[in-house]
Amino acid sequence: MLYREAGDFKTTYVADMQTFPIRGERILFWLFVAFCFAVVPFFITGYWEKSILVPFLVWSMIALGLNILTGYCGQVSLGTGGFMAVGAFACYKLTTAFPELNIVLVIILSGAVTAGVGMLFGLPSLRIKGFYLAVATLAAQFFLVWCFNKFGWFYNYSASGQISMPTRTLFGVAVTGPDAPPWATYLVSLTFVFVFAWVARNLTRGRLGRSWMAMRDMDIAAQIMGISPFNAKLSAFAISSFYVGMGGAMFFAIYLGAAEVTEAFGIDKSFDALFMIIIGGLGSILGSFLGAAFIVVFPVFLKNVMVGGLGWSTDLAAHVEIMTVGALIIFFLIVEPHGLAQIWRLTKEKLRLWPFPY
Amino acid sequence: MSPGFLYFLETVLNGLMTGVMYSLVALGFVLIFKASGIFNFAQGVMALFAALTLVGLQTGQVPFSHLINAIFGTEFHHFGWTLPAFVAVVGTLVVMVAFAYLFEKLVLKHLVNQEPIILFMATIGLAYFLEGFGDLMWGADIKALDIGIPSGGSFWLEDVTREWATEGSDYFGMYIDKLDVVAALVAVALVLVLTLFSQYTATGRALRAVADDHQAAMSVGISLRNIWVIVWSIAGFVALVAGIMWGAKSGVQFSLSLIALKALPVLILGGFTSIPGAIVGGLIIGVGEKLAELYVGPFVGGAIENWFAYVVALVFLLFRPQGLFGEKIIERV
Repeated sequence: MLYREAGDFKTTYVADMQTFPIRGERILFWLFVAFCFAVVPFFITGYWEKSILVPFLVWSMIALGLNILTGYCGQVSLGTGGFMAVGAFACYKLTTAFPELNIVLVIILSGAVTAGVGMLFGLPSLRIKGFYLAVATLAAQFFLVWCFNKFGWFYNYSASGQISMPTRTLFGVAVTGPDAPPWATYLVSLTFVFVFAWVARNLTRGRLGRSWMAMRDMDIAAQIMGISPFNAKLSAFAISSFYVGMGGAMFFAIYLGAAEVTEAFGIDKSFDALFMIIIGGLGSILGSFLGAAFIVVFPVFLKNVMVGGLGWSTDLAAHVEIMTVGALIIFFLIVEPHGLAQIWRLTKEKLRLWPFPY
Repeated sequence: MSPGFLYFLETVLNGLMTGVMYSLVALGFVLIFKASGIFNFAQGVMALFAALTLVGLQTGQVPFSHLINAIFGTEFHHFGWTLPAFVAVVGTLVVMVAFAYLFEKLVLKHLVNQEPIILFMATIGLAYFLEGFGDLMWGADIKALDIGIPSGGSFWLEDVTREWATEGSDYFGMYIDKLDVVAALVAVALVLVLTLFSQYTATGRALRAVADDHQAAMSVGISLRNIWVIVWSIAGFVALVAGIMWGAKSGVQFSLSLIALKALPVLILGGFTSIPGAIVGGLIIGVGEKLAELYVGPFVGGAIENWFAYVVALVFLLFRPQGLFGEKIIERV
């Protein structure tokens, strides 16, 4: 290992709460960020952008949101697909109603709209818990998708019921629509994810985040300590939906470009998001990224091997793919229920003592 | 009687019948939840898998023919026989028991004492796995399932109900699918058998003991792992029954696994731990759904069946979080 700490010499709370306590790690992190921002855009190709990097970034945003709700606040949600749809449709309505509005602002506003809807559907969480809540959030999933399918106002009465993103520019460069260059969409997504991951990290280690975690670990004890379940749970729902909504808006505007609600925001999207945070690690910012990377990259990899490598038909490959994903999820749960983030933590712990473990 | 009232009656009856079908799926959920505290999301896919296996066995399909053909470049799909329905059902049961055994051996054993959410996720993983596995084994095309259950409307009932209607009104008699009636009878029989089984056999008593308290059951010498195999086998059996009924009704295809999602509000209404609750909840949801589609649907543009049940469940939860028959939730710090 390139770096390691020699011992536990923290003397202040500030030092204790640091995200990257080791200098080497900090430097590596910033080098990595610089690499993502300054080097990747020059080499990115359309294939990498469309099938790996942008979906990964968008899904990271969504996984972050769900992780805030499920990982930090302990409220299981199966309505992610529905909230993504809210974000996407808010983005579509806003940008078609106010073409002059900056796309960054549109995406953030879509998040805000979703936050409102999320709070509404979060209300039952004040009364019910666990699986009951999970089923209740399914109501959001089905109701919202039905809503966007049924009322023409949402998709501007287009004949196909599809919504498609018009071209929007940022600093004179198209970032949405068919003409957007790969590096532009990549950079916009990356900036969004970077900024909001930073916000999420700081939210979760602050007062709000700690009240969420107290709620998750034992709600009654948290109440006794003076944490209001109303504030904690609803703020978790609001902020989580804000992230998921922005993710949904990016999913539609930057990644897909055109979407049909039942297909793009079905219940399988909710499950995908849930898989991401479970495989990545509940209650971990890093885990959201690792999980998103896994769920996005793995099917692409499998498909390349089976269709490209072995020459199987695509439907056969699809069956094997879904089977393997299922088996892998079970495998991960058995081997490391706390996800990839925990494996990373354990590796670091081990490396700290390596090569003299005693 | 006025036609309006007869329409109402017909809707209610059809709703009840659909409700029974929901209950069939919900039953499997309740059994597993009671015995192991696992919220088994894969119940719907298990029904699909059972139905696929049944059809596959009956028509003599070669399992994994797709995969084998792709790897070895061969070209065969059928053994060329057709099994009688009864033999195929027994064969499917054997497959479901084997599946229960393997699942316990390979997965559940390793997940003892994990949090419920982890177990829940494992069953979602199982659902994905089984879905891919079933398609891989038997092919993904829509299949007809026919083991000799009568279906279609009953002329007798149509004639009788036409006479009930007011003279001169254009009412054409009630349409109730015979298949639904059979399904209702089967469901009643199933509940009876399950109740008798859990009340009067040693295994049944052990099941109830485990449902009550895992540790106490273990301390009197009940093997938890055997019980789990048994429970998952029974759930597999219930899934098979549900798969046969739904398969005969709408063909064996992927959408069959989505009925599991319909069973969730049923569970909420009835409570996760109550078998009668699953039945009553199913009936309420079935009737409510059909009536809402008939009377409320036209005002909001129809197709509200998809989410109506959830909203009913949601509203219901606000007033009674433990469901109709669920055990009272007691919280301690």
